[in-house]
Amino acid sequence: MQTHQFKPDLPPPRQSIGAMAWLRDNLFSSWFNSLLTLVAIYLIWLIVPPLLQWALLDADWVGQTRADCTSDGACWVFVKERFGQFMYGFYPAELRWRVDLTALLAIFGAAPLFVSAMPRKAFYGIGFLVVYPLVAFWLLHGGMGLEVVRTSQWGGLMLTLVIAAVGIAGALPLGIALALGRRSDMPTIRVICVTFIEFWRGVPLITVLFMSSVMLPLFLPEGMSFDKLIRALIGVILFQSAYIAEVVRGGLQAIPKGQYEAAEAMGLGYWRMMGLVILPQALKMVIPGIVNTFISLFKDTSLVIIIGLFDLLNSIKQATTDPAWLGMATEGYVFAALVFWIFCFGMSRYSMHLERKLDTGHKR
Amino acid sequence: MQTAAKAPRLKGSIWTDPKARAWIFQLVAIVVVVALGWFLYNNTMINLEKRGITTGFAFLNNTAGFGIAQHLVEYTETDSYGRVFLIGLLNTLLVSVIGIVMATLLGFILGIARLAPNWLISRLATVYIETFRNIPPLLQILFWYFAVMLSLPGPRQSLGIFDNFYLNSRGLYIPAPGVSQVFGLFLAALAVSIVIIVVLARWARARREATGQIFPVVLTSIGILLLVPGLAILVAGSPVEWTAPKLTGFNFTGGWVLIPELIALTLALTMYTAAFIAEIVRAGIQSVSHGQTEAASSLGLPPGRTLRLVIIPQALRVIIPPLTSQYLNLAKNSSLAAAIGYPEMVSLFAGTVLNQTGQAIEVIAITMSVYLAISISISMLMNWYNKRIALIER
Repeated sequence: MQTHQFKPDLPPPRQSIGAMAWLRDNLFSSWFNSLLTLVAIYLIWLIVPPLLQWALLDADWVGQTRADCTSDGACWVFVKERFGQFMYGFYPAELRWRVDLTALLAIFGAAPLFVSAMPRKAFYGIGFLVVYPLVAFWLLHGGMGLEVVRTSQWGGLMLTLVIAAVGIAGALPLGIALALGRRSDMPTIRVICVTFIEFWRGVPLITVLFMSSVMLPLFLPEGMSFDKLIRALIGVILFQSAYIAEVVRGGLQAIPKGQYEAAEAMGLGYWRMMGLVILPQALKMVIPGIVNTFISLFKDTSLVIIIGLFDLLNSIKQATTDPAWLGMATEGYVFAALVFWIFCFGMSRYSMHLERKLDTGHKR
Repeated sequence: MQTAAKAPRLKGSIWTDPKARAWIFQLVAIVVVVALGWFLYNNTMINLEKRGITTGFAFLNNTAGFGIAQHLVEYTETDSYGRVFLIGLLNTLLVSVIGIVMATLLGFILGIARLAPNWLISRLATVYIETFRNIPPLLQILFWYFAVMLSLPGPRQSLGIFDNFYLNSRGLYIPAPGVSQVFGLFLAALAVSIVIIVVLARWARARREATGQIFPVVLTSIGILLLVPGLAILVAGSPVEWTAPKLTGFNFTGGWVLIPELIALTLALTMYTAAFIAEIVRAGIQSVSHGQTEAASSLGLPPGRTLRLVIIPQALRVIIPPLTSQYLNLAKNSSLAAAIGYPEMVSLFAGTVLNQTGQAIEVIAITMSVYLAISISISMLMNWYNKRIALIER
């Protein structure tokens, strides 16, 4: 009996595998594509080597003063020397451990919230949100046994983070309330909420900060005054709540009508319907949107420079005008850009990850 | 709830009747808002009186008494605050319009580049987008202004480009166009070519509807636009006379100067907003399913027309609403100019004028209403455009 002997498989055609094929497919598939590739390579060659040369190869890393920067490249000595000021502002050096501790508490306290398998997560989350701000305020501001550090001494990255965190924590509940108001059946409530939201969305944050710094003292009764940071925070919270409200409204609108009807059929009143059925679904859906709003809030915190608060950007701007370090503007701003970029890029990646994770079953 | 017959009202207090409760809630809301308003108004009046600040808009007629680096209309130090307001408004609009046009161009190029089959190009676009949209716009403005523009060499060592453009720490000097004697002839030629194009387009459309044959209207129109005014230029000479900037002594004279603040601001706003527009464009193009392209080619449409008649109209529907909010953001972000002293609404009016007059409420109210007005006009314009291109469903 004749048996068939299979011959070994032939290798795939040489032109369709390996680096050459990849190059052909992705870079040189047509004459136009090849031209684009060459232009791109030229652009990279134009930008990357000088940048590396400036930032790394020719840069000065060691020393204490401007005189130690002898080469043509960047003078990172400047950033190194002023690092404490960039991070903590004028916070007294011997008390900076309190800021570090606050940050560590935030990281370790919030970490369990990011573990999916954690039991009783909502419970823990609410507890954390109630307890942590009190502890953080006590640590940062002092009082009750700790030396008081006035808010005018706060600064640097720490102030940026404080404004962003307080801003989002204040804007979130207000924004949810506004979104509910905007979707309300009662015309007066709706009109009030729509006016509020559209007003804050129509004006730039700078004018809001101007308003909170020059007009708020006029609005309040005699003798009642806030410090500069609180005034800025009020402006930021009001401004940001309008944006959060629009994000949450998107989530509310995406909940099918059947959910409302089912909740009503179960005999739930408005607040229990919203609290138990609608908001849990809607908020879960808009978490990525909220993170994106938080990213823009984080970038917007830099505007407090206008009303004279010393956040990260303003600390760096001030340091570049120091006569001992003239001509360091590029290094300073590049460092600031790097810090902001790391935070914003990290958060945007996290928001994309959430979007993928939460994308379950709501799309029909 | 829609029930055929109304159920007899159940006995219960006023609190269990949803209608009555709604009335009470709304009344309470109105009372709270009015009370809050009255509280703020009252405090403000008392505070203003105590500090001796006058109210009203009469200050707009007072003499300003300070110079402004860039004014699009005539301005001297003896002009009024009202005039200063106008100049601030025009400068804000100038930056917004330049920024919107350039950011749209750059954004569309980057968005398409990100989807390009060329690996290197799409990676470059991605790197650009991820870099620039994650850095605060204010930081970018400060960078361009303090680290780039102000560290350029002075006028005497300025960088010359084609011997007509000069870049130095005082700005970019460009040739200024002036109207020459034959400008009328040029305008006439332009008008003639436009008339020809309109007639041609009507004829082409009528023919297409009658016979189905397509006439390349766009290409011919460009040809006519180039040809007729071009002939006029050839016959009569250039319609514009350029005055190039010239170095005399320590500075340049003649030509136009774009002040460094303007350059830094437009560069930063353009590059920042373009990164967002690029993502919007990418999402819009990706939202059109591949089946559309296949259907178009099975109908016999060539690739160019597929793009123009099938892909772009559908992508635009997804692109326009978020694009509108980017335009709004750009217009609002132009107020960041206050940080580098470009004379626009916030730095000029809410800054200098407020400091000089001390009338915080009026000045801030005017500034905010200007931005509200700009925001509303952009939204209305874009909503109108959106409605025009929206899908008309059964």
